[in-house]
Amino acid sequence: MSERKEVWITGIGIVSSLGEGLDAHWDALNAKRINVDDKRFAPYIVHPLAPVSFDAQIPKKGDQRQMEAWQRIGTYAAGLALDSAGVKGNQEILSRMDMVIAAGGGERDIAVDMAILNADAQGNSSPGFLNERLMNDLRPTLFLAQLSNLLAGNIAIVHGVCGTSRTFMGEEAASIDAARIALARIEAGQSDIALIGAAHNGERPDLLILYEFGDFNLTDKFAPVWARENNSGFAMGSAGVFLVMESREHAEARGVKPYAKLTKVVADLAQRKQLGAVTKSLESLWPKLGILTDNGNLITGATGVEPVTSEEKAFLRQHPGFAVRATGTTFGHTLETQFPLGLALAALSISRGALFPPNDPTGFELEKSEPPTQIVVVGAGHWQGEGMALVEAVK
Amino acid sequence: MTAPRDKHGRPIVVVTGMGIVTSLGAGKKDNWTKLTAGESGIKTVTRFPIDGLKSTMAGAIDFVTVEPFSSTSLSERLAVMATEEALEQAGIGSKGDFPGPLFLAVAPVETEWPQRLEVGRAVGKKEFDYFDLLRVSGGGKFAEYHHRFMFGSVASHLAETFGTKGSPISLSTACASGATSIQLGVEAIRRGDADAALCVAAEGTVNPEAMVRFSLLSALSTQNAPPQAASKPFSKNRDGFVMAEGAGALVLESYEAAMARGAPILGVVAGCGELTDSFHRTRSSPDGKPIIGCVRKTLADAGMTPEQIDHINAHGTATPENDKMEYLATAAVFGERARQIPVSSNKSMVGHTISAAGAVEAIFSLLTLEHQRIPPTINYDIPDPAIPFDVVANKARDARVTAVMSNSFGFGGQNASLILTREPA
Repeated sequence: MSERKEVWITGIGIVSSLGEGLDAHWDALNAKRINVDDKRFAPYIVHPLAPVSFDAQIPKKGDQRQMEAWQRIGTYAAGLALDSAGVKGNQEILSRMDMVIAAGGGERDIAVDMAILNADAQGNSSPGFLNERLMNDLRPTLFLAQLSNLLAGNIAIVHGVCGTSRTFMGEEAASIDAARIALARIEAGQSDIALIGAAHNGERPDLLILYEFGDFNLTDKFAPVWARENNSGFAMGSAGVFLVMESREHAEARGVKPYAKLTKVVADLAQRKQLGAVTKSLESLWPKLGILTDNGNLITGATGVEPVTSEEKAFLRQHPGFAVRATGTTFGHTLETQFPLGLALAALSISRGALFPPNDPTGFELEKSEPPTQIVVVGAGHWQGEGMALVEAVK
Repeated sequence: MTAPRDKHGRPIVVVTGMGIVTSLGAGKKDNWTKLTAGESGIKTVTRFPIDGLKSTMAGAIDFVTVEPFSSTSLSERLAVMATEEALEQAGIGSKGDFPGPLFLAVAPVETEWPQRLEVGRAVGKKEFDYFDLLRVSGGGKFAEYHHRFMFGSVASHLAETFGTKGSPISLSTACASGATSIQLGVEAIRRGDADAALCVAAEGTVNPEAMVRFSLLSALSTQNAPPQAASKPFSKNRDGFVMAEGAGALVLESYEAAMARGAPILGVVAGCGELTDSFHRTRSSPDGKPIIGCVRKTLADAGMTPEQIDHINAHGTATPENDKMEYLATAAVFGERARQIPVSSNKSMVGHTISAAGAVEAIFSLLTLEHQRIPPTINYDIPDPAIPFDVVANKARDARVTAVMSNSFGFGGQNASLILTREPA
């Protein structure tokens, strides 16, 4: 095996409840702004997407109509990332760009579901009833707006990213693995440039129900992630986050500046039936990163769900010098998107020469003024999947 | 001794274990016997009422039952069955301790109708809205449905059961998913990240909403009677694919690791290729360029020329569009030989196993290499003159086969091809 290549993050695209683009996010983080809606789905709390003009990245209305919100959010953020990397419209590069996307599924047609459920409750459920309602009431193209791999499909259609296209599924872990595999491929020379990322729409009653099955939703009163021990849960967030990653030589050949370099991504599947498994898992991943200091920086996608958040906190307490930032407080929990969000904010912080300030009344998140050279990104899924990455300043 | 390498200097990736379940049966032996006898696994659906459906047949696997039924639970069961068979053949690791990562192709997951109806009935009102549903969803009563309907649930079950290493990857590239799972395994071994990989693909989604969804896209055959004649790849009167269930599992290893432990070498994954089509969500670019590019990338990856391919295991879904485009693209790459290479579509008999198809058909391709016998394309009675492939029509054909190309093309512009050979080059 030849020497592993250095991998740079050269493009970042973010759209979220705080707005769109890097400046808007940097300003909002520094202003400690949080956009939360506790009324629309009360008692459930969500972070709604900030107003976005989708036309700017998805010019054809026909394309927008073919997508549900999660796909529009993702396709939009992917466009921002391509812009940011300076490859938008560059057919030569886009036609060989590899895509590894983490995706869930799309919105259901709530009206159709409710009509069927109500008819069932009223005893109107002959053997063919479900078939007839679905055949008559589902929009034919809704399926395409729901299919996991059609976020990638839409990015190919709208932006022309056409090298390879792989969609990973599996909640939080899916995007940790997307970053891990894309990095491994570029390091090994199997790929020169890749687009990774995910999208999540937090304003979805069907998802609220799914997570309510496991009592994972935050209800009643918003609280920062570190202050939810007595009322645990996540507030679903809305965000699309994409990164352009490429080998250093590929980036230098086209004369672009990096935001940061992605040095390492590691992942695990802890057996969580055992108490403390997450703490142990994160502790076992930590030495694999190559961290240089005891008082570094760390961005976590901690969910606020128990017991995983407390187990992660136990791990973090073993590294008391680290300035921790929980994206879940500000952005809510965006499932597949949380890890790319952490990577994006790490790269952004490094490029701006500062870690954004804490947003945590419990005092767990330390102030930090020195410019960061290394930022650890942590993800521990709400029910399974653990991972970590190291983002560093380019030397 | 130096480690065996391919033409690009990478570790050679071999297959040392295979397991399969389709509507024809469980296991390689049963499947191969029926497949080469030209039997169909397609039947009229009996799992649920078919009233009001335009397409009423499928390659459903009814000889495997899961309680309570969900497509995700069935996929999981089929994946376990295929994996057990593959591991037994490979004789790798030990029980519950597979020495490598898992790459699982699986259909997207969501709460299914029986469970949704159960939650609806728990509301206890004649008229209710989504908030009523939300109010009864929590409290632990339906806790198992959270786990069941997480996208990562099947992979985590397999990872726990078989002791695969690291974070298991679940993936979907639509109808190319099975091929992508193999491709990810090949890449991991070529990088030297692993000596072995478990690549599994499973599909259990013959359920009302899935059938309706494909039906509304006009993708399914509506030639319901007789059901076994519905899937007609390359025929002039083909009118769509037939949904089917199945699973395929392959143990991939570096040639070096397989030789070191004296493992059976069932074949070689000589090349993988992939190229995205950005033309349309469900249709191929009319010029066929993405498929042509995919096939060429695969040949280049294998370091082979079109002349070296002596059989094509076609995607061959029997949709009017797919079969035509597959011929056009093949003709562009293979020239005159496109009419001379024996081509066959397993989907004529097992239907379209969607997420599993790439793995199921890779296994059939490897069995073709082993037995030097090409399974037929059944229901090939009215050839489409616009597709002058040498279709292995209706009866299996003995042939000298050294390298098979297996194609998978899916919604969302997903194109992936594999080249499988008998011996390391």
